[in-house]
Amino acid sequence: MIELNHVTKIYPGASQPAVDSVSLTVPDGEICVFIGPSGCGKTTLMRLINRLIPITSGSISVDGKDTMGLDPIELRRHIGYAIQQVGLFPHMTVRDNIATVPKLLGWTRTKIDARVDELLTLVNLEPKTFRDRYPRQLSGGQAQRIGVARAMAADPPIMLMDEPFGAIDPINREILQDEFLRIQEKLKKTIIFVTHDINEAIKMGQRIALLKEGRLIQAGLPDELLNRPADEFVKSFVGADRVLKRLNLLKVRDAMMTNPVHCLSDDSSEKVLEQMVKNDLAFLIVTDRGQRLLGYVNQYDLRGHKGHAGDVARKLTLTVSPERNLKEALSQMLSYDLGILVVVGEDGRIQGVLNSTTLSTLVGSTYDERGGHWGRITAAGRIL
Amino acid sequence: MTTYDFIVRNWPELMNLAWQHTVFVSIALAIAIATGVPLGVYLTFNRRLADTVLYLAGIMMTVPSVALFGLMIPFLSVFGHGIGTVPAVIALVLYSQLPILRSTYAAIRSVDPAIIEAGLGIGMTRAQVLFKVQIPMSLGVIFSGVRVAVVMSIGIGAIAAYIGAGGLGQYIFNGITQTYDAMINTGAVAVSVMAILADFMFGRLERTLVSKGLRRD
Repeated sequence: MIELNHVTKIYPGASQPAVDSVSLTVPDGEICVFIGPSGCGKTTLMRLINRLIPITSGSISVDGKDTMGLDPIELRRHIGYAIQQVGLFPHMTVRDNIATVPKLLGWTRTKIDARVDELLTLVNLEPKTFRDRYPRQLSGGQAQRIGVARAMAADPPIMLMDEPFGAIDPINREILQDEFLRIQEKLKKTIIFVTHDINEAIKMGQRIALLKEGRLIQAGLPDELLNRPADEFVKSFVGADRVLKRLNLLKVRDAMMTNPVHCLSDDSSEKVLEQMVKNDLAFLIVTDRGQRLLGYVNQYDLRGHKGHAGDVARKLTLTVSPERNLKEALSQMLSYDLGILVVVGEDGRIQGVLNSTTLSTLVGSTYDERGGHWGRITAAGRIL
Repeated sequence: MTTYDFIVRNWPELMNLAWQHTVFVSIALAIAIATGVPLGVYLTFNRRLADTVLYLAGIMMTVPSVALFGLMIPFLSVFGHGIGTVPAVIALVLYSQLPILRSTYAAIRSVDPAIIEAGLGIGMTRAQVLFKVQIPMSLGVIFSGVRVAVVMSIGIGAIAAYIGAGGLGQYIFNGITQTYDAMINTGAVAVSVMAILADFMFGRLERTLVSKGLRRD
């Protein structure tokens, strides 16, 4: 756990504090993102934690111990540190770079070699291929992975990361972020993650601390910042599209309407049509008795048809998994001009429906509740 | 007599002069490296002093070598060393300082601050960052300064014969006085060959000492 208590930093000769009385607690095993415009003090605040910069007033404690009472070198050897420019030592091999802190801590050669291979595997680099390479023989993404591996070398419970993926192209950044989250899932480190990218903050952070001119403006869950921005600054910082950004945080499962109106394939076409007219439904989902999605029917096809609704059902190919995030689902709806998206689990069973009504209820704005040309969808269950 | 004949006939004497040359140049370089590199490193921690020292070393280089040898005679005479090897070595040390100092200073300073920050951030002491990161990273550039100093000292060392330090310069000066072409040629060629050999040796040494990770290829 990292506790910041009225932490203040005034650089010599500066009129304004770079960090102004920031108090914050980062619980064990969480990623806390420091974010803000450049010059807001986020990097300074991070460097105060491992005492790369001396604090002016206030206190910082790590696992209950005041950092001022600890030897700064010793402190830093137990806090992982990764930066945007990576800062790999060009004259050392990948192995020696990763082994820096273990060597300083006096580990045995065997233990170091085992740890290096373990870390390389962890960051998805084949130890045999990469162990003896020099930094100049690495791509940007590979170097960044080594930087993270070096920071984790002595298995520090706490890590400080200053825009660790900032210099990577967007595609590889996504990959590194995902990999890092996967690693964090297992290792549960306590991490301070500095970024200026709100999307990265929302993706990486369990908690976000937004700073401006050295002051902590708002700290909380990503959803809180997006949903209840403390002031106009937060609102503008998270962006006019904050409603859309929330879609990134939410899963289809969170937004879908369960038990949507539908009919079974062996229901009578006439009766289904009758109910559809009565309820003003242009289309209707068709499932089998095991809730598996078969397709949909429309009023036109059912008109005059004697038999089962399943006979005239049309295939519904575009469905979505409940685990996808809402942004992807919405993008699918928009690009294929779909009024609704049927949510189907891996077993083929229908789990719910996503439409503009369910989305807007969730994100808090009002859309046409009729859901476009699909007509009104209600949580009415089977229509007959 | 051709230059070739001269070399063959005077081989033992030539070797003797070459040895003298090697000795005082080596002593001068050893002192210059032992003082220049640490001073260059120290200057990176004291920027204000750095400007002054590099400026003075720069001025030193502009003094013609013959003049410098001459200027030192009255000072060193006090200690009974107005002429001979001692003033030669001192002059060569002074000349070698600038390339060594400047390359060391520039190399240490040019280490990316992010790398230093990374070193400190993961828990190296300032001294560890200096000795395990900055200096090893700077070796290539320091070497290039040293190689300049080596070649220059061997050349200027020829002039030391003027103040009685011996060495290959003796053939050049004696040759000029006696208008003896073969002797002049021998001295000049020997100095060049020595400079080329020394540069080559230091080049090999550089390849062994400087990390493969710093090679550009």
